[in-house]
Amino acid sequence: MELSRRDAVAALAAVGGAATAGVGLSRLQSGGSSGDPERRLPGDQQVTETMVAIAEVVYPTAVTGIEPFVEEFLEPRLEPEDHARGIRESVAELEERAESWHGGPVRTLSAETREQLLREVSAHTVDEHPAGTTAEQVRYYVVNELLLALYASPKGGELVGLENPQGHPGGTESYQQGPR
Amino acid sequence: MNRTPVESADLCIVGAGPAGALIADRLASEFDVVVLDAGPRFDDESRLERQERAIRPFFDRPAVWDSDPERDAHAASGEWFYPLNHARVKGIGGSTLHWQGMVMRLHEDDFQSGTARGVGPDWPIEYEDLRPYYADAEREIGVAGAADNPFGPPREEPFPMPAFRPSYSDSLFARACERLEITMHSVPNARNSESYDGRSECVGYGTCQPVCPAGAKYDATVHIDRAESKGARIIDRAQVQHLEHTPEEIQAAVYATPDGTEHRQTADAFVVACGGVETPRLLLLSESSAYPDGLANSSGLVGRYFMDHLFAGVGGVLDERTRQNHVGFFTSESHQFYDDADEEFGPFKLEFFNYAGPSPVELALTGDDWGDELLERLRTEYGNHIAVGGLVEQLPREDSYVGLDPDRTDNHGNPVPDVHWNVGDRALRTIERANEIQREILTELGAEITWTAGPESTGPAYHHMGTTRMGTDPAESVVDPTLQTHDLDNCWIASSSVFPTGGAVNPTLTIAALSLRAADAVESFLAARVSGKLAD
Repeated sequence: MELSRRDAVAALAAVGGAATAGVGLSRLQSGGSSGDPERRLPGDQQVTETMVAIAEVVYPTAVTGIEPFVEEFLEPRLEPEDHARGIRESVAELEERAESWHGGPVRTLSAETREQLLREVSAHTVDEHPAGTTAEQVRYYVVNELLLALYASPKGGELVGLENPQGHPGGTESYQQGPR
Repeated sequence: MNRTPVESADLCIVGAGPAGALIADRLASEFDVVVLDAGPRFDDESRLERQERAIRPFFDRPAVWDSDPERDAHAASGEWFYPLNHARVKGIGGSTLHWQGMVMRLHEDDFQSGTARGVGPDWPIEYEDLRPYYADAEREIGVAGAADNPFGPPREEPFPMPAFRPSYSDSLFARACERLEITMHSVPNARNSESYDGRSECVGYGTCQPVCPAGAKYDATVHIDRAESKGARIIDRAQVQHLEHTPEEIQAAVYATPDGTEHRQTADAFVVACGGVETPRLLLLSESSAYPDGLANSSGLVGRYFMDHLFAGVGGVLDERTRQNHVGFFTSESHQFYDDADEEFGPFKLEFFNYAGPSPVELALTGDDWGDELLERLRTEYGNHIAVGGLVEQLPREDSYVGLDPDRTDNHGNPVPDVHWNVGDRALRTIERANEIQREILTELGAEITWTAGPESTGPAYHHMGTTRMGTDPAESVVDPTLQTHDLDNCWIASSSVFPTGGAVNPTLTIAALSLRAADAVESFLAARVSGKLAD
């Protein structure tokens, strides 16, 4: 199944550009290792490249067209200050570990190594938390951000057999229709 | 934001939920109306963000509409824990921002429970008294429905909008129900099946409860906005601390604003419309030498008889696809067993789920898998679920009440409400009876039953009722049939708190109808006051 920029726009119809107003404040107030205001954070291009590389791990292999889909989805998600900072900081954390543990940026690692990196961060065992530990923030701002984009979109829903997934304004016809 | 009082207000309404909003809208053209609400005015533009909160596992339900743990603190000392903040919203629009949006009329026997069923009090009004106001409320709210419920009370005119068409899973249920001779019919929904009153038709976001980003589900901001356009003043984040009064009248609502300032809003008349928990709390907080047990509480019944509806349900899986979670509302129900109610069993209704089982996107955000493994799990866990739910009546009991917790205070130092919820055996028997029918239906369908919400595992429907009951005898009730308090000449209570019994249908349409009826009484009162002032 090929994803497109149009599918990303559909996903954004579900969640919008500005995420979770009010959470960012508590997140920054919480301090912690990722709350350093002096830290140099990655720009949009690097964030997008890293997120695409992670999407290639967390999305099923049946999905293609990941790069334009993620690019289109992220553009408005990187606008609101709090949410964007959370994404950038989580990406920076992943990049630091990738460099330190595996000797290069995330995008240059093999898919197996990228998955290994996520597991080394423990992103698979924690619940998402926008102001939590590094693992919890990576889960929130990277892994779940990408999964939300996919599975709240009609294309992602169709993978599961649900053309109008929760969060998508897909109208009032599909609930009346039988299995296809 | 100017949160200072309105000078020379005719009417002060405390609470900007549906009751307060409808009365404000009804009277704002004729009188100077001010509405105070403890919570904020939410930006419509924030609804998609709130929807994301509804989907993401980090956020609990109270977070969707910014519940404040200090402002909204409460106790729950009864036999049954009461999770008060799970489904209530403080703010302009009140809990209709969160609600499911099911709007049925009470049945005729609900108004005469004592006479017809042998238990509980009769209401001091009959269905016929409320019937025109039900029709009015359906137009105001915008109800999509059909006259296909053979068990419902008589109607005088069609619903404002056509009913939503049955779902695919309704068609599965229909096979079994036909064999079991159970009649299914449409659900009256407070959501637009077509564009209505300038608001969008439903576009199928599927997150009706707790948030409709499209505005297709009615919420009380509709009437607040309309009241404001007619000249009403809406003051948000104005927590009313107490009501100043003489023995005969309320003089002012004393409220605190976010900067800590206290203000006095005077008015000729007051409507307390704070729901079934905060309404009795405010009256109890307004105690005085004239009313040592709480304002308007000569009967001693303010806070007593707290009731809710209880959920009964059975769910399972079929060996075929059931097409759940496309929308977040019901399209079919059955009131077939409702009026079998008697002393032993209460009324109940059955609801056929369109969102049984997990939502794939919510599933995807939890778990320790991703990639192909995650997709495989989603395909396994989504697709075959099916469920029948229902609501059951709870009788009023004096030992089920809302009081004040002397040991805990809110953000302004006022004792928090203690929801002391006790249920009673009749409701539990009725849940078992509903479960039997629900199991029959699923068994007839060939489902493997995987869960039951029965007497041991039921929960509330978050319909707070009964705590300022309506009646004709001032010794046995708090308000009269026009919702005016027996004790005070210029105070009305518009809320499900006035229900003497609860029936087994969702209460908001009845709240709306009673509020429109009360608006007539308030209008007469204020008109007399104004003409009296002119004569002076």
